[in-house]
Amino acid sequence: MPPSPPPSEAVYNRPNYLTADRGVWSWLVTLDHKRIGVMYLVLTTIGFALGGLFALIIRLELLTPGPTIIDAQTYNRMFTLHGVVMIFLFMIPAIPGIFGNFLLPLMLGAQDVAFPRINLLTVYLYLLGAGIALWGMIHGGADTGWTFYTPYSTTTTTKVAPILLGAFILGLGSILTGINFIVTIHTLRAPGLTWMRLPLFVWAIYATSVIQVLATPVLGMTLLLVAIESVFGFGIFDPGRGGDPVLFQHLFWFYSHPAVYIMILPAMAVVSEVVQAFARKNMFGYKAVAYSSLGIAFVGFFTWGHHLFTSGQSAFNAGIFGILSMFVGLFTAIKVFNWTATLYKGAIQFSAPFVYFCGFLFFLVFGGMTGIALATVSLDVHWQDTYFVVAHFHFIMVGGTIMAFLAAVHYWWPKMFGRMYSERWALVAAGLIILGFNATFIPQFLLGNMGMPRRYYSFPERFWPLNVASTAGASLLAFGFLIVLVYLVVSLAWGRVAGPNPWDSRGYEWDTPSPPNKENFPGTPVITHGPHEYQDTEDGGAGSEVTHAA
Amino acid sequence: MQPETQAVHLAHHFPSLRTQEQAARLGMWLFLATEVLLFGALFTAYSLYRYLFPHAFEGASALMHTSWGTANTLVLITSSLTVALGIHEVSRGRNRRATLYLLATLAFAVAFLVIKYFEYSHHIHEGQLPGRFYSFAELQVAGASMFFTLYFLMTGLHGLHVLIGMGVLAFLTVQVWRGRYGPGYYTPVELGGLYWHLVDLIWIFLFPLLYLI
Amino acid sequence: MNELMRTLLFLPEQGTDYARSVDHLHYFVISATMLGSAAVFVTVIAFVIVYRRRRARQSTPVVEPKPIHEAVFIGLPLVLFLVWFGIGFPQFVALQTPPKDAMDVYVQGKKWMWKFAYPGGPSAVDTLRVPAGRPVRLLMTSRDVIHSFYVPAFRLKQDVLPGRYTQTWFQAKEPGRHQIFCAEFCGVGHSAMLGEVVVMEPSEFDAWVANQRRVVAAAQDSAPVPSEDVDVRTSLVDQGRKLASEYGCFKCHTVDGTLHIGPTWLDLYGRREKLKDGKWVVADEGYLTRSMMDPRAEVVAGFQDVMPTFQGRIPAPEVAAIVEFIKSLRTSTVRPEPSKGPVYAPIPPAK
Repeated sequence: MPPSPPPSEAVYNRPNYLTADRGVWSWLVTLDHKRIGVMYLVLTTIGFALGGLFALIIRLELLTPGPTIIDAQTYNRMFTLHGVVMIFLFMIPAIPGIFGNFLLPLMLGAQDVAFPRINLLTVYLYLLGAGIALWGMIHGGADTGWTFYTPYSTTTTTKVAPILLGAFILGLGSILTGINFIVTIHTLRAPGLTWMRLPLFVWAIYATSVIQVLATPVLGMTLLLVAIESVFGFGIFDPGRGGDPVLFQHLFWFYSHPAVYIMILPAMAVVSEVVQAFARKNMFGYKAVAYSSLGIAFVGFFTWGHHLFTSGQSAFNAGIFGILSMFVGLFTAIKVFNWTATLYKGAIQFSAPFVYFCGFLFFLVFGGMTGIALATVSLDVHWQDTYFVVAHFHFIMVGGTIMAFLAAVHYWWPKMFGRMYSERWALVAAGLIILGFNATFIPQFLLGNMGMPRRYYSFPERFWPLNVASTAGASLLAFGFLIVLVYLVVSLAWGRVAGPNPWDSRGYEWDTPSPPNKENFPGTPVITHGPHEYQDTEDGGAGSEVTHAA
Repeated sequence: MQPETQAVHLAHHFPSLRTQEQAARLGMWLFLATEVLLFGALFTAYSLYRYLFPHAFEGASALMHTSWGTANTLVLITSSLTVALGIHEVSRGRNRRATLYLLATLAFAVAFLVIKYFEYSHHIHEGQLPGRFYSFAELQVAGASMFFTLYFLMTGLHGLHVLIGMGVLAFLTVQVWRGRYGPGYYTPVELGGLYWHLVDLIWIFLFPLLYLI
Repeated sequence: MNELMRTLLFLPEQGTDYARSVDHLHYFVISATMLGSAAVFVTVIAFVIVYRRRRARQSTPVVEPKPIHEAVFIGLPLVLFLVWFGIGFPQFVALQTPPKDAMDVYVQGKKWMWKFAYPGGPSAVDTLRVPAGRPVRLLMTSRDVIHSFYVPAFRLKQDVLPGRYTQTWFQAKEPGRHQIFCAEFCGVGHSAMLGEVVVMEPSEFDAWVANQRRVVAAAQDSAPVPSEDVDVRTSLVDQGRKLASEYGCFKCHTVDGTLHIGPTWLDLYGRREKLKDGKWVVADEGYLTRSMMDPRAEVVAGFQDVMPTFQGRIPAPEVAAIVEFIKSLRTSTVRPEPSKGPVYAPIPPAK
């Protein structure tokens, strides 16, 4: 096959999914999964900025041991909102909502997801849920922490019900997205696309969707019960009426532990694609990586009790959940091994997405190991509810998921918008982000070791220096994110035209134009081999060849 | 139903009507799984509190009117039968009969809610209410109010699903009457029926837990 | 070596032997973590350099994994994880298993203070005095929401729950002072809910307890007095008196020793009561609370099973106030006439 012609303005200026229909209304009623993906990009970025703002306020307050810029009640609201907004408005919806939506049909050879109208509905559910939660925030907002432990959450005077209701609606959107993706993957694969030829991105999104479908309803019901008890006082968690507050913890973490896998599996999905594209090499151990995604989803349902080691449950319970938590770590170890081994005999291009992959890998390994350390139970007794745990989950969520998110944004930016960003600025920002991340969260591991509990408004003076260091790091981190936002937005108007495949990646989605047309494929594609095959590309060989049936 | 009418129902992104129907069914089953898990949280709470307060729960359960509960069970089971018969009739193209069956299903649903209304009234009158509203003097043991908290939450959530199901069935009944569905395409009626069967199934679990043991 | 690692990792002092053994596991785990992370880091950097892309459309071989590779990279971590679990879990079990001869201290968390009470007195707020070298068991509950009793120096933490008792234990090595934190978010005062464990020489501790009890006894006369520091902001005792009247407690319980439908509240707190089923129980905060919530479970011998449950009718803060009121009803004299009801035992002597 002859090399593709060099990109030109004409290639870019042909009508594509962005320009085919004009006007705000065409966006508001769109059924195009690609446009929905772009809408999720805008919405979740706003969510991330909001959550980040709350984080900065927290870190500013913690610059001094006593009161700094806000009072204790406001501080409690800030960390509650930071958690709620980051988790429900960004971490859970972002990668599936943006990249799952945009890429699944392209990777599967389909024209859209199975239920396009339900897909659009999820965008409106996101807006509705976010709106109600925001309304609650403005009118005082909850001060319970995002974990809403009873009986504090049912007896506090702050408004919990709107935020709980908002989270419930956002959860419904998450469920519908999960159902959509599972059905799409089962029923809309192009002819020739067997399960063992699926991109690893699809496997991990599939596993994520399973968790979304099975775990979120339990959270929905649990949050509803807290809202009901807070408003009506029915007493289902109130010991004064025979209730058990620890029941809430079990019900809450039954969702919220699998939820962290909803947050990390899509990141792993992205990483599998990025590492193959930028090492220009087929994944080492495809089956292991594919099945380990399912393994994480499955075993992840049985580990929730490791959040309750100090809650008063029996040692027997602690033992079961501790052991099972170890097994979940193994599946991640499998992935780490296979990703690293993929680099062996690869042809690595050290550009921004790959830099973020490196950051992801190091932080996931370190953060994941601290998770294993917590699962040894006795170590958790010291670390539970301290900054050690905060550092652990931020290592995974920021060092893991957000690095992968940035890798995804940079890798698929040309695909989505047909433009390249400034590589120089991207590398600068990546460096700042990685540096800022380390400076923010490594001190927090040490604070946890020292015994500083989390959700503390004031603290003894011996914790002061490390808190200052962490705040300094957070500022650097925020600055890095800001730079990313700026050069990406700039590239939309002034970036170099990307052409169909600037990375020369052999992922299936790169066989479509960049940006893709409104209609994904002229006919039905027939798939004849797996993705990311780079064995014979030099002699102008086929690589990823796709034939189209009418 | 003619093939050209079938084509009206085929969405552009599905290669065939058969695939579309498979997708719709799979989607519905997944959604039903989420409903089961939604109630699962309440069943979990029930199990825990029953274990903690066995005597209180037995005593409170004895206050329920088993005859009304049994009547409701029969009503719902019969309604599941009528909706299944209705789907069968649509698949055979006999839309008039199908409409009658679907209307019967709706009638049974109304009967269910009416019986529930009488039950709730009785409990409210007796002071057998959730949590801090509980004021039934004859059973003042720890855990008694918890039984009624769970009773009202579980049957209330179930009743909400009955109402939603009625809405769905009413819409489908109108569409069936208008001839929108037929032997070539009746997937929405199937899906509505599936939802109704779930509503019935949940009650079949609620009934023994709240009335019989 | 221990000190070096402890300082490098910013860990607090090791106030107990348990803390020291937990730290040893910590060192093992963190070293392996550092090594593993470094190994991945170095490998990736090496690969990035050696296998950098040299030509634009460079092709790469498909390298198939051998089963042995996957086995090693699953097996090795698995063994390591299980070893760590095998060390850590028994440590946790040991923490949950107090020795039989441990000295009991009752702990109450409430917004936003820690109250400590020794059976037989005294009581204290925010300061827990314990003897060095003796095991101490903490029987803990909360008066309102979930708190968590955390002593970093002991690597010790246990949630305190309303309506329930949780326990933990420790044996402090030597005299010193260690900070107590609340580690479960509980409102605006969460980070101010600090306390201190004061570990004393055993002989000093015994002397302190004996002195406290003498002081308390000497300060009492025949009129009931509060027997512990009362929070001046709320005067729980007065609230409790008012509430007991409102809820009709005085229909069956007297405060002056007179026999009535239910046991008298005078000197009730701390009393050993014989129950209908022959068991003995100490009338502590837990018993008093349970009696209000589920009175038929532990009926005192000689009395009828007629007390109604107040579960759901009295909110937790009011229960606490009533209990505090009951606790305040103390005399230093034993009732002169023999009683048909429970048997009274004098305040047990200091150990």
